[in-house]
Amino acid sequence: MKAALERFWDHDLAYSLRRSPVTLVALLLTLVCIGGAVFAPWLAPHDPFDLASLDLNDAFSPPAWTGSGAAKYPLGTDDQGRDVLSTIMYGARISLGVGVAAVAFALVLGVSLGLLSGYIGGRVDAFIMRVADIQLSFPAILIALLIDGVARVALPNEQHGNLAVPVLVLAIGVSGWVQYARTVRGSTLVEKSKEYVQAARVVGRSPLAIMLAHVLPNVTGPVLVIGTIHIATAIITEATLSFLGVGVPPTQPSLGTLIRIGNDFLFSGEWWITVFPGAALITLVLSVNLLGDWLRDALNPKLR
Amino acid sequence: MADNRTLLEVEDAGRDFDVSRPWLNRVIEGEERLLLRAVDGVSFSIRRGETLALVGESGCGKSTIARLIVGLYQTSRGRIRCAGLDVTGPEAHQLRGRMQMIFQDPYASLNPRWRVGNIIAEPIRALGRTLGKAALRERVGELLLQVGLDPQDGDKFPHEFSGGQRQRISIARALSSNPEFLVCDEPTSALDVSVQAQILNLMLDLQQRLGLTYLFISHNLAVVAHIADRVGVMYLGRLVELADVGTLFERPRHPYTRMLLDAIPDLQMTGKPRTPVGGEVPNPLAPPAGCAFNPRCPHADDRCRRERPQPRDDGLGQVACFAVEERRI
Repeated sequence: MKAALERFWDHDLAYSLRRSPVTLVALLLTLVCIGGAVFAPWLAPHDPFDLASLDLNDAFSPPAWTGSGAAKYPLGTDDQGRDVLSTIMYGARISLGVGVAAVAFALVLGVSLGLLSGYIGGRVDAFIMRVADIQLSFPAILIALLIDGVARVALPNEQHGNLAVPVLVLAIGVSGWVQYARTVRGSTLVEKSKEYVQAARVVGRSPLAIMLAHVLPNVTGPVLVIGTIHIATAIITEATLSFLGVGVPPTQPSLGTLIRIGNDFLFSGEWWITVFPGAALITLVLSVNLLGDWLRDALNPKLR
Repeated sequence: MADNRTLLEVEDAGRDFDVSRPWLNRVIEGEERLLLRAVDGVSFSIRRGETLALVGESGCGKSTIARLIVGLYQTSRGRIRCAGLDVTGPEAHQLRGRMQMIFQDPYASLNPRWRVGNIIAEPIRALGRTLGKAALRERVGELLLQVGLDPQDGDKFPHEFSGGQRQRISIARALSSNPEFLVCDEPTSALDVSVQAQILNLMLDLQQRLGLTYLFISHNLAVVAHIADRVGVMYLGRLVELADVGTLFERPRHPYTRMLLDAIPDLQMTGKPRTPVGGEVPNPLAPPAGCAFNPRCPHADDRCRRERPQPRDDGLGQVACFAVEERRI
């Protein structure tokens, strides 16, 4: 255990992390956000989804430090009397979950298509890359809106609430696979011409075995960096969709939904309902982005 | 010719590469398809236990021949048979493992993410020769010892080794399937001179112990003189001369071979004048008519510019040259 810790401490990445205070702060904030989100049921002061515990008399209570606030609700309450801090923690859970799942989906889809495209080449390559080009000419949010809209029409109404999160994951994932596919295709073209791939072909290994065992481990580095930064983008996309009202239902609000709900009360003076979820979203996205940027530089041997 | 002692037979083999622009550009700009004849009408055979070297300048098609033989490329024309089996035919899978290849770049020929032990064991696993885990480990250790490395090195990664050691690993991988024929594509050209000698001696030693047959691709005549029994000289995709190593170095007959040999620096400082290789290799997309060497050849005449000379066997070896045929030189 101690040896493993020492090895981690001496590792290039750990060294580069120690040298960058900004990244350390970003890492700390990310961990706080993730921790708050994952352990929300245990850490949050209230359960915003437990209707029995809600008291409409507490609605629109301002943050605790303002004169009329209550210590019970540190960041105030919303129009339903839900504690804003607790809704943020539960909301971050959905935002992070959707973001990570969407990125995982996009990553698997993009890496598989990129590998096939680069290794097989020819018509398969031309087809996949033209589809990617066409998709790139639409904004990601439009594609997500399209998929969400189609799912809304196709699915029965009562199913929609349950399937909202999977549909979001699918929509955001499909709109983001292209950059993985392109990156992996480029690296695959380089790796496939190397002699270790030819050595495997000489002994008759199948194309699939060569793609998975030889090429894949050598093309994953850049993908992880893109993935980290993409998590931030996916969270933003999810928030945008929820803000537009096509994301998760208000009964299970994500950060985006919270910002939309609070937006209605912004001009009537109840600023805390939208400002705190917004600040939480910015903190989360900014930290993840900074981590991704650091990872990109730390893994790039030319910038060491 | 095809007796028991012949292992590899290459008959009139050729390979074209399609280097034309994409279809859309061709249609819009009215261009023709462009074919590059990388290898054209090459025939030779290799006897069991022998080393045949192919030499030539960059781009003369020698590496393409190596890749045609091991099946990395398909032939466009002609036939290649190893141990009586067509390397592109349905029985080619029987040759897997019996033919192996050693590559030029020891930094690109080993997967950087694999441990050396797994790299060496890959041919064994790919051929489905099931060995127990312990037996496989033991076999890998044996192979490492055989190429002059430590059996413990199997747990390391390729980046922990020098170029020469990596080439030894590459050789161990090639030997792991118990091959009879090794195709070596410039195995020493990326190494330091002192390390080159070690690798060459290792290869000679392995050849004697295991009865291996080599096809040795090189552009280094000194290396070829050291390792080969017979030498083929290639120019622009064609074999221009093929002879025993002694004959070729003492009595080179094709003007191109003479030019190559005259360009070797003379270490004894005998004062013999060196003739640098003059001129440039013609564009392979538009090879000259007749003999491909005629623009650079001091002995070329009208016939050389019109007709293409075929290799002729005259007892000393094969030469494809009208000047030699007509005893003009």
